[in-house]
Amino acid sequence: MPLILGVDLSAYWATTLLKVLVVLGLIPAGAIILGYVFLLKMMSHMQSRLGPMEAGPHGSLQLVADGLKFIQKEDIFPERSDRFVFAAAPIVVLLSTFLLYIVIPAGPRLIVEDLDTGIFFALAVSSLSVLGILMAGWASANKYSLIGALRAAGQLIAYELPLILAVVGVVIQAGTMSLQGIVMAQAEGEIFGVGIIGNPFIFTQLIGFMLFLVAAQAELTQAPFDMPVAESELVAGFMTEYTGFRFLFFFMGEFGTAFAFSAIGATLFLGGWYVPGVEGTLADVLGPLVLGAKIMAVAFFIFWFRFSYPRLREDQLQAFAWKLLIPLALVNIAVTGVLKVAF
Amino acid sequence: MSAFLRGYLSVLVFGFAAVAMVGAMLGAGRLLRPSRPQPQKYIAYESGVDPVGTGWSQSQVRYYIFALLFVMFDVEAVFIFPWAIRLEALGIFGLVEMLIFIVILALGLVYAWRKGVLRWV
Repeated sequence: MPLILGVDLSAYWATTLLKVLVVLGLIPAGAIILGYVFLLKMMSHMQSRLGPMEAGPHGSLQLVADGLKFIQKEDIFPERSDRFVFAAAPIVVLLSTFLLYIVIPAGPRLIVEDLDTGIFFALAVSSLSVLGILMAGWASANKYSLIGALRAAGQLIAYELPLILAVVGVVIQAGTMSLQGIVMAQAEGEIFGVGIIGNPFIFTQLIGFMLFLVAAQAELTQAPFDMPVAESELVAGFMTEYTGFRFLFFFMGEFGTAFAFSAIGATLFLGGWYVPGVEGTLADVLGPLVLGAKIMAVAFFIFWFRFSYPRLREDQLQAFAWKLLIPLALVNIAVTGVLKVAF
Repeated sequence: MSAFLRGYLSVLVFGFAAVAMVGAMLGAGRLLRPSRPQPQKYIAYESGVDPVGTGWSQSQVRYYIFALLFVMFDVEAVFIFPWAIRLEALGIFGLVEMLIFIVILALGLVYAWRKGVLRWV
């Protein structure tokens, strides 16, 4: 086996290839699960209708059929568009989604790379997608697209900070930014001396969890923060000029990121993959199932908000973030810091 | 190669894999999708009406002042993270230090608020 600089590279490349393939499968699978369960079925039932019922049992193959339809659509570059940037934009969005999955742990050994900067890295790459959205809006040479992209940038400005500051509370409590370390900190924690279920940070960081949910909602451009793609005003916002596969990439990026953000929320606040009393290989088997259940729980909240609240105005968006969420997040950090040092 | 660098090598590999996957899917799609060029298809979509002017029209970015504030607070967040990790070791001294830092920044936000910066223009 070739040894380069003391590391057995062949084993590294074999495991990395496997990890790439798993994540490649996981993103469309996550997007389809969230899209089917929440976007198609939950929304329909909340609005007293059935939703798609024809493709597959209970309409479960509808999104697969939609995907096949997109593949057969003509690839159109609008005239006067900036062709290179137009083609690169969906790639940047999908790249951001793809990199998010690197740091999410699904079991003691089921993680792509347990980076020391874990959550910081996740927050950094998640804001890359806004760059892709700006590129898409600018390159389309379409007024709807440009306005949608500018709104997306405004959203980033307002909600990036509450998201980052909400996470700081968890980092203070765990004393590490590695997501695996945060899971272990919750597993080893105790609630008033009782350590049976560990100490999921949702109990001590309830405000942080709520800030995280609201900010994630805005990062994912889900209603009530869906101004960048507001159908009734901007057709499809920054996606207006995209067809076929490139449009599908934006869809996959949106729901793949929603899946990843739900996983990060579940890991930071709900204890992640940890099952009390289970260790070793069994934890690697049960971990993904437990994490999956928690992902669905967090995603349920995100989509529940989406279908319940009307769209905000752009000035309300900025005021809500700057006058309520950011001061609240700063207070949360200060209180968490004081309590951490006091106890 | 240290384990630290190898972690980021995986990030690089994943980045290339994402671009390669998108490229492969678009390439495969080329075999399946039709191509029947007609000039009307390439006109910018403005709800069915012929587009007026160019797509890159001037628009007022009303939140630019929020953007300036954002840069300031984003840099602050970079300073808070290392402190948050080491708080246990830093103890009371580190806590008071950071509380002063946060209060100064909060004062900045209050100042901007009072000056009417957080108002939609």
